[in-house]
Amino acid sequence: MPKEIAFKIKRQADPQSPSYWEEFVMPYSPGHNVVSALMYLREHPVNRAGQRVNPVAWDCNCMEEVCGACSMIVNGVPRQSCAALIDELEQPIVLEPLSKFPVVRDLVVDRTRMFTALGQVQAWVPIEGSYDIHVQAPRISPKEQSVRYLFSRCMTCGCCMEACPQYHGGSKFIGPAPLGQVYLHNAHPTGEFFREDRLHAIMQDGGITDCGNAQNCVQVCPKDIPLTTAIGELGRQTTVQWLKDVFCK
Amino acid sequence: MVGGGLGGLWAALRAAENGYPVKLFSLFPVKRSHSCCAQGGINAVFDVKGQRDSIQQHIVDTIKGGDYLADQPPIKSMCEEAPGLIRAFDRMGVTFSRTPEGTMDQRLFGGVKNRRTCFAGATTGQQLLYAVDEQVRRFEADGKITKYEDWEFLSIVRDGNGTCRGIVAMNLQTMKLEAFRADAVILATGGLGLIWGRSTMSTNSTGAAAARVYQQGARFANGEFVQFHPTAIPGHDKNRLMSEACRGEGGRIWVPRNAGDQRDPVDIPEAERFYFLEEWYPAYGNTVPRDIASRAIVRVVRHMGLGVGGKEIAYLDLSHRPRRFLEDRLGGILEMYQTFTGEDPYTGPMKIFPSMHYSMGGILVDYEKDGTAGGMKHSSPRNHATTIPGLYACGECDSGYHGANRLGANSLLSASFSGRVAGDAVSAYLKTLKSTAADVPADSFTKELARQQEINRTITSSSGPENPFALHHALGEIMQEHVFVERDNAGLDKAVAGIRDLKDRFRRITLDDSGGWTNQSLSWARQIYDMIVLAEVIAQGARLRDECRGSHFKPEFELKVPPGKFAGDPEYEAYKAKWKANNEKWLKATVATWTPDGPQFEFKPVDLSVMAPEQPRDYR
Ligand SMILES: Cc1cc2nc3c(=O)[nH]c(=O)nc-3n(C[C@H](O)[C@H](O)[C@H](O)COP(=O)(O)OP(=O)(O)OC[C@H]3O[C@@H](n4cnc5c(N)ncnc54)[C@H](O)[C@@H]3O)c2cc1C
Ligand code: SF4
Ligand code: SF4
Ligand code: FES
Repeated sequence: MPKEIAFKIKRQADPQSPSYWEEFVMPYSPGHNVVSALMYLREHPVNRAGQRVNPVAWDCNCMEEVCGACSMIVNGVPRQSCAALIDELEQPIVLEPLSKFPVVRDLVVDRTRMFTALGQVQAWVPIEGSYDIHVQAPRISPKEQSVRYLFSRCMTCGCCMEACPQYHGGSKFIGPAPLGQVYLHNAHPTGEFFREDRLHAIMQDGGITDCGNAQNCVQVCPKDIPLTTAIGELGRQTTVQWLKDVFCK
Repeated sequence: MVGGGLGGLWAALRAAENGYPVKLFSLFPVKRSHSCCAQGGINAVFDVKGQRDSIQQHIVDTIKGGDYLADQPPIKSMCEEAPGLIRAFDRMGVTFSRTPEGTMDQRLFGGVKNRRTCFAGATTGQQLLYAVDEQVRRFEADGKITKYEDWEFLSIVRDGNGTCRGIVAMNLQTMKLEAFRADAVILATGGLGLIWGRSTMSTNSTGAAAARVYQQGARFANGEFVQFHPTAIPGHDKNRLMSEACRGEGGRIWVPRNAGDQRDPVDIPEAERFYFLEEWYPAYGNTVPRDIASRAIVRVVRHMGLGVGGKEIAYLDLSHRPRRFLEDRLGGILEMYQTFTGEDPYTGPMKIFPSMHYSMGGILVDYEKDGTAGGMKHSSPRNHATTIPGLYACGECDSGYHGANRLGANSLLSASFSGRVAGDAVSAYLKTLKSTAADVPADSFTKELARQQEINRTITSSSGPENPFALHHALGEIMQEHVFVERDNAGLDKAVAGIRDLKDRFRRITLDDSGGWTNQSLSWARQIYDMIVLAEVIAQGARLRDECRGSHFKPEFELKVPPGKFAGDPEYEAYKAKWKANNEKWLKATVATWTPDGPQFEFKPVDLSVMAPEQPRDYR
């Protein structure tokens, strides 16, 4: 059994300040994950050199890999830190904030851009009102349900965006996760009524054609969401839509 | 709108649909709210399984499940409107699990005999939350809802007449405080599990926001009623929940019959396994309500000394069910078990113990009764109003619907339903307003802002020997030891004294973080103080209530059901008479009012107009 847990953490005091690395060690105990270890460190904010420093800032909430808050780069891989078990990680454990989003402080990043993209692609099923209209929603086969269910678990964590070579500060690309949500809503019996609007949204600058088909996204998604299948299908849908737009005016 | 879980999103959506502009505040992007953790499902009567299930039965189960402590008209309305609410979710595109003919599938949950729980795989809460989040985003795109995410609500602002006219909130990035005017404020800030240190809840479920309005004059009701979920995986950062759906899908709870049996569980033959729930409650078996299951586990483990390996552990076993079935119905959570424990729940039993899970109590809210229908009057401005004019509460932070114990899959329902009701109630209230927040003189806002800034200044400049995180651990230990599944007055006295001591120690904390940006320690320290305040309400409420009701269990005052006797037997009838006499005395809500010297309590009668308390709960 190892005696200690060692971390090397990329830190930054605020959005304007330069980043720097800081090392920490803490006593080993079994069952830790990265977040529970960070919780220990915030109570004992002393770096490897023995200096008292400001505790490391990070985001978390559910602690069971479902809320999407705690994404960070753990030993080079973007993932949910609450589900990163210490016993399965090589030490020193290197933690960095996601690099595709502005850093707020230490490991906290601002993923507003992802939520904005969900609005841009109209990732919703329009309804008349949230009251009961006394009519059953359309029936959905168990098979259709299970396909849509794969995509409806996307927790906007940003790991896929981090891994995507086409998604970065300098590009307009909306990234893989919102594309997955377009697929999800286009596949709903009444969501489909607005399929053209969504397709047009992703046929714009920064839309689906910016995907270079590098397949990195699908490899890091903690929920195993088949993003590239969706992107492939949306590619076909947008081509058909383009033809319609040109010839059926 | 403060809070963007299911309750908050529904309320915001409804108010926006009614044409009112909404500002929505949340500690983090609303999609990350704790509601996304709910696994098992949401109740509504559709009778998909042909069991002659009825809305009346849902009402009865909910009332009895809560041991009659909840006001009944709101329960009636909730159960009646549940199917329509689910239809609305369905229209929003929620990926509910389906029957072969494409309608909603339903599963069994605890405390009921019918399959009444709609579900979306093992991530029902996530799916429901995202659906409403999407609808809210639609209104956001139209500029009708504005989100303030990464903002912490600190307090309400009251005008000269005491009416709520806005809030003070802190930007969690810049740490700047700001006052916002509002014609009405709705609080939907969720549960308070962190008061127990660890719970099945998210790390942000501290109850601080509820504590803040309580300290500003809102009443807090039934704090002592806390649900301990029987099947959680104990962990040192969180107790992760194994959904009640595990039992609903055939999971069995057991311990080895012989204390200290060291064998691998799969090597223990059937005859040497003690399926205590099945033995003690043959009618409901493993799906007895949570309070009963938790007490049974504690009894077996602590009093009979049968905990697995001598530890505080019992088994939850699904390994007799086919793998394909389990993957299909419970895949998500079984994976989670595997991820966090490294053990395989498909081939052997899981290790569980009860954990703090849900708070039935909360901010006291009103309702208007519909004289003819017997439920809540639709769109009354009194529904979900707190005792402070202009302040509303919905979702887990309110005190409605669940009484002394909540049935599984009834709180996604109450959070959503109460949010929708609160949205309509606030809309009705706004129509009655003669002046708006814009007319309120600025000094109400500047004064409250200054008060909050002063609290921050005091905390950041205080220097003493106490560490706020250590205080939180100490609080958790007190609650876990004395305000857990079984309670006694000597322990509760200790708890109250310990909590008061923590309040005192809080004055001597030092904040380790000197950062001016995203200072999480400052936000946390403030929340710890507020948790201590609520803990005092909870522990004192428990101390006062000398009876057993629902989740509140004091063995000293237990009215024991005569074993083997049922209605008609003289022993049973004598027991029932005692039970009724006890109701005369204790069937009342505990209502706490804040004073500088600690909470003051009074007891409020319960509206029992739908179903009189004639039958004791009996799940044998
Ligand atoms: C593990 C688990 C599983 C569950 N499973 C089920 C189930 O299967 N079925 C069921 O019916 N129920 C279940 N429940 C219960 C149910 O999930 C909750 O009761 C319900 O989701 C609460 O919703 P809410 O909207 O009240 O609060 P939450 O979803 O907790 O939302 C609270 C909101 O308030 C905001 N907030 C809090 N404080 C502040 C502040 N100071 N300033 C600004 N914003 C603030 C947060 O940002 C958040 O947006 C489960 C609970 C747990 C713990
Ligand atoms: S497949 Fe497209 S979206 Fe996915 S990583 Fe590659 S470029 Fe990005
Ligand atoms: S698709 Fe996967 S990786 Fe991308 S945001 Fe969603 S859950 Fe995260
Ligand atoms: S804390 Fe929610 S995903 Fe890790």
